[in-house]
Amino acid sequence: MNLLKQFGRYILMLGVVFSRPNRFKFFWNQSLLEIEHIGINSLPIVALMSTFMGAVIALQTASSMESPLLPDYTVGFITQSSTILEFSPTIISLILAGKVGSNVASEIGTMRITEQIDALEIMGVNSLNFLVLPKVVAALVFFPVLVVFSMSLSMLGGWLALLVSDLTTTEIYILGIRSFFNPFHITYALTKTLVFGFLIVSIASFYGYYVKGGSLDVGRASTQAVVSSSIAILIANFILTQIMLLS
Amino acid sequence: MIEVRQLSKSFNGQQILFDIDHQFEKGKVNLIIGQSGQGKSVLAKCMVGLYEPDGGQIYFDDRNFTNMDRHERSLIRQEIGMLFQGAALFDSMTVEQNVMFPLQMFTQMTKAEIQKRTDYCLERVNLEGSNLLMPSQCSGGMQKRVGIARAIAMRPRYLFCDEPNSGLDPKTSIVIDNLIQDITREFEITTVVITHDMNSVMEIGDQIVFIHEGKKCWSGDRHSIIDSGNEEIENFVYASSFMKEIRSKLQKK
Ligand SMILES: Nc1ncnc2c1ncn2[C@@H]1O[C@H](COP(=O)(O)OP(=O)(O)OP(=O)(O)O)[C@@H](O)[C@H]1O
Ligand SMILES: [Mg+2]
Repeated sequence: MNLLKQFGRYILMLGVVFSRPNRFKFFWNQSLLEIEHIGINSLPIVALMSTFMGAVIALQTASSMESPLLPDYTVGFITQSSTILEFSPTIISLILAGKVGSNVASEIGTMRITEQIDALEIMGVNSLNFLVLPKVVAALVFFPVLVVFSMSLSMLGGWLALLVSDLTTTEIYILGIRSFFNPFHITYALTKTLVFGFLIVSIASFYGYYVKGGSLDVGRASTQAVVSSSIAILIANFILTQIMLLS
Repeated sequence: MIEVRQLSKSFNGQQILFDIDHQFEKGKVNLIIGQSGQGKSVLAKCMVGLYEPDGGQIYFDDRNFTNMDRHERSLIRQEIGMLFQGAALFDSMTVEQNVMFPLQMFTQMTKAEIQKRTDYCLERVNLEGSNLLMPSQCSGGMQKRVGIARAIAMRPRYLFCDEPNSGLDPKTSIVIDNLIQDITREFEITTVVITHDMNSVMEIGDQIVFIHEGKKCWSGDRHSIIDSGNEEIENFVYASSFMKEIRSKLQKK
């Protein structure tokens, strides 16, 4: 019952978020700032995560390939497909739900409890539109960039790990990466990314915007935002995979 | 003029305001006074629509605010300036950007005009030269003054100030009080000031409403507040033993 009410409120919020900005100049400036804030500042963690995960996926695959029936390039192929299909879009989005989600929820929540949102409203500014839309735009523009970046680094990480451990040669690895490459998988991955990015930012904004009370409640709201957006990502991942890969 | 009719408000079943009726007059400084936690801020926030009242009507110069939709309200709000109790400056912007914000958002002024207006507003609150500070670098009193500068930037027709001089020293307090009074007279603004500072009451209170336990308990001007004969208000005005002593000395004469 409560969940349903929250969901209704979330949908109503989105209705207000997606209205025409008052001043486009402000809107662009805010969006650029948010791209820096939400997107560019996430590059280091994405880079770190991706390189190491790619390396581990490659090593694990190599270590479990004992059957001589499997061709040598299987390691490259498995690294490629698990990175593109699941690791980069989903795991990186879950990481970003933690980083970006808590950040957005606490930023907006603090503005709420210090009456900055009231101050915007009193001037006649549509505060939801002003605060949330640039973040949504930034996520939609930059999350795909982050994910493509992650895919490349992950495969690079796999290659480096294999080279260092002397498990394969560069040619065979690249052959593996290029074999059975299905461009639709990229479409699938980027569609997931867009949906996840939207969920993270809008859910975090929702928890921040409707926070009541003091700084403790802001902390609670940002934890809630991370939990809820992660669950939303997992559910959306399941649904999108059903729709896009199996039908 | 702002008129409040039969305004009531409760939070989670606890009633905070009870059927308040009052007219806040144009070109005058209208004070809302009362002890802490009696509902003064809630009353002001209901008047501007930050809280939805449970019942009652609010009129801004005969325009019924209560029935308006979001867009119509936004137009009225561009005529309202408000100073919040905690200043509520945007922490990601400098002092100057805070004051400029409504001008950039809602007016067609050029960059130079905006800069001029901003400097003028900051000068009126004695903050010339603080343009580039961040709110976190300002003292509480400075933040209040930036809040006032931001509230008057758009030349509002209605000005709400929630405790404009709490946290200010007596001298700056008087500067702020006089500023509020001057712009109210100069531009015929309907000004609503919440305060519990008796100095400001006597300095600028053209019209006063006393709120006690969420009810309008008394209203009048600053001259009649001293001998109102109302017990609650006597307790408020003569709160300190110093004031009580003065009163009893005066009464003996
Ligand atoms: N958002 C809210 N939710 C629940 N209760 C609230 C809310 N805002 C105010 N109250 C309650 O309403 C009452 C009046 O609060 P209000 O802030 O109007 O007091 P005040 O007269 O402005 O006091 P002060 O002079 O200390 O600022 C308080 O008891 C407060 O607990
Ligand atoms: Mg108050």
